[in-house]
Amino acid sequence: MDTIFAVATPPGRSGVAVVRISGPAAQIAAKALCGNIPKSRGVRQIKDSTGDVLDEALVLNFEGTASFTGEPVVELQLHGSPAIVRSVIEVLSTLENLRSADAGEFTRRALENGKLDLAQVEGLADLIDAETEAQRIQAMRVFEGGLSDKSNFWRANLLRAAALLEATIDFADEDVPVDVFPEVRDLIKGTQNEIREEVKGSFVAERVTQGFEVAIVGPPNAGKSTLLNRLAGRDAAITSEIAGTTRDVIEVQMDLKGIPVTFIDTAGIRETDDEIERLGVERAIDRAKRADIRIFLNENNDVRENLARDFDIVRYSKSDLRDDKRKGISGKTGEGIDELIDELILFFEQRVSSVGVAIKERHRDALLACDEKLVEVLSQIEADEQVDLISEDLKVAVRSVDMIVGHVDVEDLLGEIFSSFCIGK
Amino acid sequence: MKHFDVVVIGGGHAGCEAAFASDRVGARTALVTLRETDLGVMSCNPAIGGLGKGHLVREIDALDGVMGRAADASGIQFRLLNRKKGPAVQGPRAQIDRALYKNFMQREVKTRSSIDVIQDEVVDLILDGGSVAGVELASGGSVRARTVVLTTGTFLRGVIHIGGVQTPGGRMGDKPSRPLADRLASLDLPVGRLKTGTPPRLDGKTIDWDGLEMQAGDDEPVMFSSFSSEPEAKQVSCAITHTNETTHDIIRENLKSSAMYGGHIEGVGPRYCPSIEDKVVRFADKTSHQVFLEPEGLNDSTVYPNGISTSLPFDIQVEYVKSIKGLENATILQPGYAIEYDYIDPRALTLELECKALNGFYLAGQINGTTGYEEAAAQGLVAGVNAARSALGHDGATFSRTNSYIGVMIDDLVTRGVAEPYRMFTSRAEFRLSLRADNADQRLTPIGRELGLVREKRWDAFSEFKEDLDKCRSSLDAVTISSRELHAIGAKINPDTPSRTAYNALSLADFDISELLELVPSTKEMDVRVLRQLKCDALYANYVERQQRDIDAMRKDEGAVIPENLDFENLGGLSYELKRKILISRPKTIAQAKKIDGMTPAALMVLQAAIRDPSKRLAG
Repeated sequence: MDTIFAVATPPGRSGVAVVRISGPAAQIAAKALCGNIPKSRGVRQIKDSTGDVLDEALVLNFEGTASFTGEPVVELQLHGSPAIVRSVIEVLSTLENLRSADAGEFTRRALENGKLDLAQVEGLADLIDAETEAQRIQAMRVFEGGLSDKSNFWRANLLRAAALLEATIDFADEDVPVDVFPEVRDLIKGTQNEIREEVKGSFVAERVTQGFEVAIVGPPNAGKSTLLNRLAGRDAAITSEIAGTTRDVIEVQMDLKGIPVTFIDTAGIRETDDEIERLGVERAIDRAKRADIRIFLNENNDVRENLARDFDIVRYSKSDLRDDKRKGISGKTGEGIDELIDELILFFEQRVSSVGVAIKERHRDALLACDEKLVEVLSQIEADEQVDLISEDLKVAVRSVDMIVGHVDVEDLLGEIFSSFCIGK
Repeated sequence: MKHFDVVVIGGGHAGCEAAFASDRVGARTALVTLRETDLGVMSCNPAIGGLGKGHLVREIDALDGVMGRAADASGIQFRLLNRKKGPAVQGPRAQIDRALYKNFMQREVKTRSSIDVIQDEVVDLILDGGSVAGVELASGGSVRARTVVLTTGTFLRGVIHIGGVQTPGGRMGDKPSRPLADRLASLDLPVGRLKTGTPPRLDGKTIDWDGLEMQAGDDEPVMFSSFSSEPEAKQVSCAITHTNETTHDIIRENLKSSAMYGGHIEGVGPRYCPSIEDKVVRFADKTSHQVFLEPEGLNDSTVYPNGISTSLPFDIQVEYVKSIKGLENATILQPGYAIEYDYIDPRALTLELECKALNGFYLAGQINGTTGYEEAAAQGLVAGVNAARSALGHDGATFSRTNSYIGVMIDDLVTRGVAEPYRMFTSRAEFRLSLRADNADQRLTPIGRELGLVREKRWDAFSEFKEDLDKCRSSLDAVTISSRELHAIGAKINPDTPSRTAYNALSLADFDISELLELVPSTKEMDVRVLRQLKCDALYANYVERQQRDIDAMRKDEGAVIPENLDFENLGGLSYELKRKILISRPKTIAQAKKIDGMTPAALMVLQAAIRDPSKRLAG
């Protein structure tokens, strides 16, 4: 087994840069740099082979298997200078039995040594990529094993159902309960309900990862771009007094109390002969439809009913020019902006609360496949089909759940997941 | 001194089937048994077959083995278990006349084989370097052989318990083979301890049969062997009675004097065949348990009360038996007892059932931690064919999880070991829908022919049947029938669905097939056995097709051989726990490695990479 090393922090200048060494020769390698290494942690001088001091570092030593990767690990917390990091890496490269880590190799070893399961690895990937608080919380739940726990629970229930069916087959000539189907049905339906909830949540989870979309919709010159600029605090869309200025879709990404949100400024919706503007309007309608929520902005009460969902927000723009301030908003003065943001946060927080532990398309696919089989199993039970066939389909359903935590059939997937990792994570 | 190719030690179910298999392959075969009259003796319940077990007997028959024909010739009640469930999980079972069974076996040895039966006790193995070279006999002589099959059942350090009384012995009335056990101990094989039990045997003449529920055999008996068409012996019924609160009170009050509960037994018993003490303790809320009263023979009044095996003292057995309906005046002919015995951890064996530590030394049957006649016989067959082929210089014969229950069992044993006496269940077979009792011949007879196990008579019969089968299948496949037509003749089918082939239509349940055959004139002459087979095949065709991918994947894994000198010890990426398990079972293929408890996909990838990497092998 090779011992691997890599810089675990981003490249460039920083306060601290961490070099991680993992594998059977980790301690030997660290000794070559530090002379002696602490039992668990301590400050040491890092020297090259000629004895020149490269840096003074905090050295963390994990012996045995109590490390992230499940093998001996030494971490060097160096000063974050590219020159220091480069020279330390150079020294490590010259040591025997040591090589630089491949992409995702530390995590891979953690998986191979049973420190993490597949779902946790995915949680970790998201955790590292998390930019907002909601993304962090969501990824953390999975990294901490939330999805693994649930999958194991579903698995246990479905296995129980399968075992009941098997009992009627293999112990037909003995004293076993004859009618196991009510319990089997309850177990399956219970699991099915939970799985369906998770599937629903998984769509929201994807939004948390990729960002929710808020479309600002309204007739030309209603003040949409001005509102967007106010929200973004910068000139994102060009605003002018001429109606129909925004012909394309303009996006601004924001972090609303931890929730990633993309505001979309659309072309003003109106009938027009201008070919280019007409295309812009079509696109605007299309984008607005797909957004999670729409803000209808008008100078008077003229909502586009065919686009609107009942949770959408209506605001009267240019309230600075009017006396009636109800539902008013002004991108120019900032009037009503805080209230609008609060309303959006409330809306998204409600959405986010429905997110469970299934956060990836892969999870959803596995759950949908499981659900599909369970539907089949239930209808087979209803139709009084042969129990050996029912049992077969139930086992396929169990396998779908297994796919989530990586019990079976995931070899292909592993390569895919690991290749998406960066060195040193 | 006598010279043989193969010597088989033990004449129970494993020993007999091993000797017959070896003989069929063409090896000069000797069978050493304490008494010639003990060949084919059934020491436990008088029945053969059942769920999973029936599959094994069908497979033994497909390989031209003896158990199926013996059971058919001596069966006094035939029942197909799970008759109302799918054919894949149906299990043929028969009550057996012990005397008829033994007679059949002994006649078979004398008249249809060239096996030499040696009446003696084996006291030691003769070794030659790292190989076995024969056996020493108690009478002073010795027998030389290229390979040896050991099938000593529960004889290894057997101890019989009745209440607090312990007697060394393999089976009631037989002496245990201690010297041989010492020899095995010197081989340093991993040894464990198991236990099993039997009920008191009753005198049927003292049972009050009136008023007991009687259970007759099936109207259309299903036989084990494809050579048999109907039972030979007179058919009888079994009776069913029940324990009651009084029975349970007696047992509860005397638990302390039971060998099991008195702390005299260390061996692990089977969870699926608990003693009556176990049942009363573990299922305390049940006020009654079923007891099947199974006759042991037509000219034998002994009755085997299946369901009340025990290790209570004799006087308590008398008392609780009398508390059961119909048994108020029953006489006990032989007390029930528990027996503890040594078994060799089967992970010390190869898929050929050869001992990894000693070339040419094969183990089969209960000594490998299994229970049941059928499991023993199936292992006997595997050990016998391999011992013979090895002695004759041929390649070994292994069975796969994808082609047989035999393959499932051997693989389970040698890769997972056993924690309790191992019994076959249909749920152990992941490809259960393809491995059916009805298609055992199609699955295994061609393989058996290749191995030299299948003789002319069976091969001819099989070939003819197979030809019929293929011919009828293609004529049925060539005809398309509309759903409207099928609906009209009574099939449960939506008349507006697309039409299907006549073969596919066979899978539709609940309608008269003869009407379907009217629509396919070429099948008018079809043999009823061919038709029955095609119907089963059609029923599972979709599922079997779906499973084919999994089967292919497993075959690929079975073909991915792990080099024997792979350096597991220094293989990175395996947890300590897993490495330890791998080192115990030493998987030979990726398929075996997959079965190891706690194996992860990641660890499998490590293994898969390692088998391609020459640097991961031990030097030398």
